[in-house]
Amino acid sequence: MLTAIIALPLAGAALLLGFGTTAARARAIALVAVVAELALTAALFAAYDTADGYSFIQRADWIPALGVQYLLGVDGLSVPMVLLNGILGVAAVLSSWTVRERVRGFFVWLLVLQAAVMGVFVSQDLILFFVFWELELLPMFLLISMWGTGRREYSAMKFLVFTFLGSAFMFAAILVLYFSLPAGERTFDMMALADSGLAGAIVPASLVFGGFLIAFAVKLPIFPLHTWLPDAHTDAPTAVSVMLAGVLLKMGGYGLLRINAGLFPGELVSAAPLLAVLAVVNVLYGAVVVMRQTDLKRMVAYSSVSHMGFVVLGLASVGATAGQFNGVGLNGAALQLFTHGIITGLLFVVVGLVYERAHTRHIPDMGGMAKQMPLIAVVFLLAGFGALGLPGTAGFPAEIMVFLGGFTAYAWAAAACAFGIVLAAGYMLWAAQRTMFGPRLERWDGLRDANVVDMGAMAVLLVPMFVIGVYPRLLTDVFDAGLAPIVRGFGG
Amino acid sequence: MGLSARDLLLVSPELALVVLAVAIVLLDLVLDRKGFVLAVGIAGLAVPLAAALGLWAIVADGGPEMAFHGALVVDAFAIFFKLLIVGILGLLLLSSAEYIERFSPHQAEFVALVLLSAAGLMLLAAAADLIAVFVSLELASLPVVALVAFSKSGRSIEAGIKYLLLSGLSSAVLLYGFAFLYGATGTVRLVALDPALPTIATMLPAAGGALPFGSFAVLLGVVLATAGFGFKLSMVPFQMWTPDVYEGAPTPVAAFLATASKAAAFAIVLRLFYTALGGASADWSVMFAVLAAVTMTVGNVVAIAQSNVKRLLGYSAIAQAGYMLIGVAAIASEGGSGPLGIESVLFYLGGYAAMNLAAFFAVIAITNTTGDDRIEALAGMGRRSPLLALVLAFALISLTGIPPTVGFMGKLFLFNAAVSADLAWLAVVGVLNSVVSAYYYMGIVRTMYLGEPTEPRRIGAPVTAWVAMGVATAGVAVLGVWPAWLLDIARTAAGSLVP
Repeated sequence: MLTAIIALPLAGAALLLGFGTTAARARAIALVAVVAELALTAALFAAYDTADGYSFIQRADWIPALGVQYLLGVDGLSVPMVLLNGILGVAAVLSSWTVRERVRGFFVWLLVLQAAVMGVFVSQDLILFFVFWELELLPMFLLISMWGTGRREYSAMKFLVFTFLGSAFMFAAILVLYFSLPAGERTFDMMALADSGLAGAIVPASLVFGGFLIAFAVKLPIFPLHTWLPDAHTDAPTAVSVMLAGVLLKMGGYGLLRINAGLFPGELVSAAPLLAVLAVVNVLYGAVVVMRQTDLKRMVAYSSVSHMGFVVLGLASVGATAGQFNGVGLNGAALQLFTHGIITGLLFVVVGLVYERAHTRHIPDMGGMAKQMPLIAVVFLLAGFGALGLPGTAGFPAEIMVFLGGFTAYAWAAAACAFGIVLAAGYMLWAAQRTMFGPRLERWDGLRDANVVDMGAMAVLLVPMFVIGVYPRLLTDVFDAGLAPIVRGFGG
Repeated sequence: MGLSARDLLLVSPELALVVLAVAIVLLDLVLDRKGFVLAVGIAGLAVPLAAALGLWAIVADGGPEMAFHGALVVDAFAIFFKLLIVGILGLLLLSSAEYIERFSPHQAEFVALVLLSAAGLMLLAAAADLIAVFVSLELASLPVVALVAFSKSGRSIEAGIKYLLLSGLSSAVLLYGFAFLYGATGTVRLVALDPALPTIATMLPAAGGALPFGSFAVLLGVVLATAGFGFKLSMVPFQMWTPDVYEGAPTPVAAFLATASKAAAFAIVLRLFYTALGGASADWSVMFAVLAAVTMTVGNVVAIAQSNVKRLLGYSAIAQAGYMLIGVAAIASEGGSGPLGIESVLFYLGGYAAMNLAAFFAVIAITNTTGDDRIEALAGMGRRSPLLALVLAFALISLTGIPPTVGFMGKLFLFNAAVSADLAWLAVVGVLNSVVSAYYYMGIVRTMYLGEPTEPRRIGAPVTAWVAMGVATAGVAVLGVWPAWLLDIARTAAGSLVP
């Protein structure tokens, strides 16, 4: 089943190479592929039993000499991420309906990207995990540099160098981790590593922890390693921004939870004060910078930086004094990953729609667009509500959980981050007001509202945003099951 | 004393290459169609290939054998290199069918010189004493001098003379080092299957004490020999010639130097240091670790500034040699599990041959049409020849070390060997170097796909070149996904070296 989840987008890409000779046909094949993929991931989500721990395990020797395995498996932490990737795949394809240049190549790389990210979420072997982690670089690089806008080459290169540098640290950490285990117990099997309580076996545990932390901090991103993100987002085509904000950043958060929290609880507790500080910086710095942006897409990008600070705060909640820690912060961090993926994905879809029509993202040039495009304006506002964590949207439960966890550990950090929510409300509403509302401008009279395809792209994301907002247990129960062993590692 | 039939059987691959070279030159005298000569050369490679495979079977059954009174050894390690070199030769000749038309009417000489040099390289990997090392090194080098200058353009001749002078200098230094080794140990023997015979390893003064390698003579010998081999390996600080020669030489010759020649040089370095100087490994491990770090860093950093593809590939070859030196450094410092470092180098050499040849073949095909080997001239190649651009891009991705390619797997094994040898710092340096290299390798990819074509003319390649590129690219991909089989072969080969 998990192999099928990775292989399906690749099969779609192969079909595209063979048959996607016209733009219309390429779009159709890509859409069928991602919808089938979504169905598959939804089936996985439905079939996953929270009582089971790791499920759907597939194991085969890959490089026997090193004990590297082709080892797939999912637990409560991975399953929602897989579903998220499935949902965003559909949104990404629908939002690139208007791509004109080299349509076939675009969808091929988009599908390869989706497959690589799937691989990251379902791999349970560190080398395999790393292979998929790196595999995502190339499609991303090409998608930004070939179909992007503005300084796309610069941004693509910056993305590549930053991410590659981060993963270099991870690669070194993986090897050191492997060899610091006693001979005979050496393995890349993440499940076995998590079980064996390797804290005693590793000599430079903090170094290995640091290597992984840097790699994931680049991806999430955590200040000061975030500078590639606004550039990449700004110059990427819409679908790529959706995937970037929606799932690629989540790979960083997923790695922090899975590896830094799962394998190195002791080191994470030691690092918690630092993470708390970084969380505050991320949230507030991101929010303040958002205010200053005049480019709509750049604005959303920086709001991502700000919102990823909440994930870091959730992680820092492990610094709570013994007995007080109950895992709600970690659960919130995981939920925040999912909800931010949905909400920011939606924001990027809407921004893309606006840009495609108005051919500008310069906020001061806009205004009154709700008159011409009421539907898009409403969705923009709803997504903004989600981003600022309005109750009823998915953003609310995630943020409240992060704060509950954060307060038990670092009340000052949680309080400071809470101020980020206020700022978020400010900049989101302000942006909506400057772009969508205000007096009708005649130069926007020709713009048409969302068509069926656009509505599809928005609906795919709007529905989960509200479903999770109203009934978050749908996800939190699953995350709870997945995080339970990790939480036990912290004595919670 | 005298030759036995067994001796001839044991050198049959080399012998077949020499016979083939002579046959081609003779055929050339009677044949009018020069293209036919190349076809004979390629088809004739089946003989050394079959011979090498036969030897592999013999050695697998009966263990290693010595030939020519202990001058050569035929073990799995040597045969690994025979196979590798034959493979490289086959692909190289296939891909350069069109390129060498420009040498008309001297194609036959070109092919014959390549075959002769390859025979020398095979002997080098099988050399069992210092004299055989030196003789086979000269046999390998001298034809290359002519090959480098084969274009007869100013650049090419300059490169040829440069190679001649530096090659001669390095040989002299090497020989001087050998003299010290001989003086200190009283023997030139690297390998002996009979334990009663003295070898350098058994006669080596006990290491330890304040002086590395136990005696000043051995220290001097090792340093000079390393310098001599450093030239062949393109190891810093003996790398200066590499970019100049790669740029000036005909591109197939540059590819030959970068893959076959370098592989054989690594073979003899591994044999000399692991088998003969293994007792003093603690002393040379540090040296190679530092040289590895410096070599890859210099290669990668300087490569960034290059504007000529062939020069860039030259610096890339230096950097890649640095990565492989990691494996050499990792042989020693781990007490007893030396083959891990060796097998990682062997695997990398195999993978490196595939990816570097793929890159060179694409460059050959492109420059054959454009006649311009500046990086700028690659602009828009993604549109002018999507398939060639794809081959080159895939090879560059592999050279960077991004999965799912053999470059990634090779680096995984090298760094793995380094970390297991307590050289984690070296693995970190290697990983950081990969990041630096991404900048210029991906820079080419970017130019090919994003740059505006300077002219719209599409670029193709002859069928033979496509076959060669297809095989090399398939090698990169297959080994990237399923590396275990080559690793097994490399392990067998590494295991046959006497520690």
